[in-house]
Amino acid sequence: MLGLNRKDTTLLIVVFLLTMLAPFLLNPFPADSAMAQFNAGYPDLMQRFVIFGIFAVGFNILFGLTGYLSFGHAAFLGVGSYAAVWMFKLFTFNVVPAIAAAVVVAGLFSVLIGYVSLRRSGIYFSILTLAFAQMSFALAYSVLSNPKFNLTNGETGLQVYADDPQIFAVAGSPNLPHLFGLSMRSTYTMDVGAWSFDFNAGYYLCAVIMLVVFYLSVRLFRSPFGMMLRAIKSNQQRLNYTGLNSRPYTLAAFVISGMYAGLAGGLLAAMDPLAGAERMQWTASGEVVLMTILGGAGTLIGPVLGAGFIKYFENIFSKINDNVLHSWFAFLPDGMEDFMVTIIHPFVGKGWHLTLGLLFMLVVIFLPGGLVEGGQRIARLFKRNTTQTPGNDPEHHPKPSPHVAE
Amino acid sequence: MDSFLLQILNGLDKGSAYALIALGLTLIFGTLGVVNFAHGALFMIGAFCAVTLNKLLTLSFETVDETKTDFLGNPLKVETPYVEAWFGPEFGGALIDWSVPLAILLAIPVMVGIGFVMERGLIKHFYKRPHADQILVTFGLAIVLQEIIKYYFGANPIQTPEPSALRGSIDIGTMIGFEANRIIYPIWRLVYFFFAMVIIAGVFGFLQFTTFGMVVRAGMADRETVGLLGINIDRRFTIMFGIAAAVAGLAGVMYGPLNPPNYHMGMDFLVLSFVVVVVGGMGSLPGAVLAGFMLGILESFASTTWATTTIPGINQIIIYLVAIIVLLTRPRGLMGRKGVMEE
Repeated sequence: MLGLNRKDTTLLIVVFLLTMLAPFLLNPFPADSAMAQFNAGYPDLMQRFVIFGIFAVGFNILFGLTGYLSFGHAAFLGVGSYAAVWMFKLFTFNVVPAIAAAVVVAGLFSVLIGYVSLRRSGIYFSILTLAFAQMSFALAYSVLSNPKFNLTNGETGLQVYADDPQIFAVAGSPNLPHLFGLSMRSTYTMDVGAWSFDFNAGYYLCAVIMLVVFYLSVRLFRSPFGMMLRAIKSNQQRLNYTGLNSRPYTLAAFVISGMYAGLAGGLLAAMDPLAGAERMQWTASGEVVLMTILGGAGTLIGPVLGAGFIKYFENIFSKINDNVLHSWFAFLPDGMEDFMVTIIHPFVGKGWHLTLGLLFMLVVIFLPGGLVEGGQRIARLFKRNTTQTPGNDPEHHPKPSPHVAE
Repeated sequence: MDSFLLQILNGLDKGSAYALIALGLTLIFGTLGVVNFAHGALFMIGAFCAVTLNKLLTLSFETVDETKTDFLGNPLKVETPYVEAWFGPEFGGALIDWSVPLAILLAIPVMVGIGFVMERGLIKHFYKRPHADQILVTFGLAIVLQEIIKYYFGANPIQTPEPSALRGSIDIGTMIGFEANRIIYPIWRLVYFFFAMVIIAGVFGFLQFTTFGMVVRAGMADRETVGLLGINIDRRFTIMFGIAAAVAGLAGVMYGPLNPPNYHMGMDFLVLSFVVVVVGGMGSLPGAVLAGFMLGILESFASTTWATTTIPGINQIIIYLVAIIVLLTRPRGLMGRKGVMEE
């Protein structure tokens, strides 16, 4: 179906069902029960799931396929956000031009950065992209927000003010980002017994866009172009010796993934018309690397899983405070209860980043293939007695080594 | 001329910090071939060694002074640090006053220990893994170290004052024949610069003039052959990792008075230090030092009002611009060796 083989079609249908039914799936607990804090089915968080899913899928096209580890991808996300907010400010609150502008501007920006950084590979490439991203951050944070030429509004962040021109604004349309009149914030709440499910317009817009770009990335993975990118990852030198110039391919991959990042940035701005420089900081770049690695770099579904996983636990862990911990361990004797709370306290609430860092280290050390590899290992345990398929013969089908092109 | 000299001087303190961190990074990269993203965190931990010592020395107990009253009329509570009670106000006070330089003594064993644990416990397992994995795992470690410090010391910068004898500024200009009040320079920055020079000289001397250093240099050139000669090169490289960690830590200890330490100072410096290493040439120790000072001074020139009015914001981006230009024109960096990190 749609030019995909059976396995990929199944995957796409599963992803389709998951995203469309997310408001149900993410709210498994009744709204007023004690477990309701583990619900993730509210619009803001669901939007983040799919938006960062898009970001990670795009990053995976570069890192997973070509092995070039970019440490500056957040720059494109930030540029996309700024472009979208400028469209809101200048023209209209309709999200279509804003998202389109975000993709185009981020694409152009990535052509520029990619053209320069891709002259080097390996660690130099990582450092060059990092330097570019930090430079963009510095520019957005302070330089481009001087009174004479205020492009980014510095520390406050770029936002839409009442006296902005908005020359194409249609009278009567909502004073918030909207899709031809349908406000991104409009939410239909369905109450079924004790459960309550939110259906948010913004979420469904993001979800549809994510499905489209996910489908595109599947096609790209299976295309001859994707094969070429894999060849670059497994041995760029050999590819060059066969007379193929690899640079156009890497540049194309870089720009595509930059456009995905720009799209994610545009959607972030469309959900909440605000763009700040901190979106471009290198910690944000690190986060998308983390999502991709955690889910499984080079796999189709991995980055989406990783993004969902990190955003979910970021949200849940940040909410847990000492009171919650005490109520969990209330069944223990007093001394033990305090002891457990003291031990866990640094890892939850504001200490979420500590957990994230530890988790990240553990994944890189023990499970370099991420969650997807973990799942495959478990699956293999259960069908150990089946015969090996001929495709696994290392003599004929050497596995792509997880090398950064060096 | 005098303003020119002043800008050079202004760049020296940052340049010293860049040079020291980049030196450690290059030592690790040159010996173990590992790209250490956690090196900035080591710099930060060094700075917090000074903070910790300062806190330990100022631990105090409270006594009620009956003879005086505070503005509400209650008896005044006086806090006396334990060290002043034990060693008398003069010596105890001097200990507190000199806590930053004293922290060097604390930082050396702490940093070498952290270096050993890091190398033996984590990085050892990543020699055979691709560079991307090394970057990722040390990046994760950097986050963890940073968050641990944040948990114990909070997110706000902590003041760590320099000894009162070294506070204030001196007029360098008069010493070298300029008019008075033209080149005034804070004493501590000068101290930091000389401190950095001593450490750099120490590291180079150690590598150049000791048998241990000779073996390490041989190992950097050809690890396998040195190993075949029956020398335990891995152990020496571990020690070098400890030394590199100590260099970063010492750079951090003394940097406290220039810029109050906070938990993310390491990351701020790390990105720049990587740029310094790349500009200097991956794996080249003199290159790292040279590029560190060069970029520090360049940054200081870009911060002058003349430069910032000509090109707004040039001071924020100059280092990255230089790095990009250097990488595109001299891909090996200023003093990079052939065959190190090439395609």
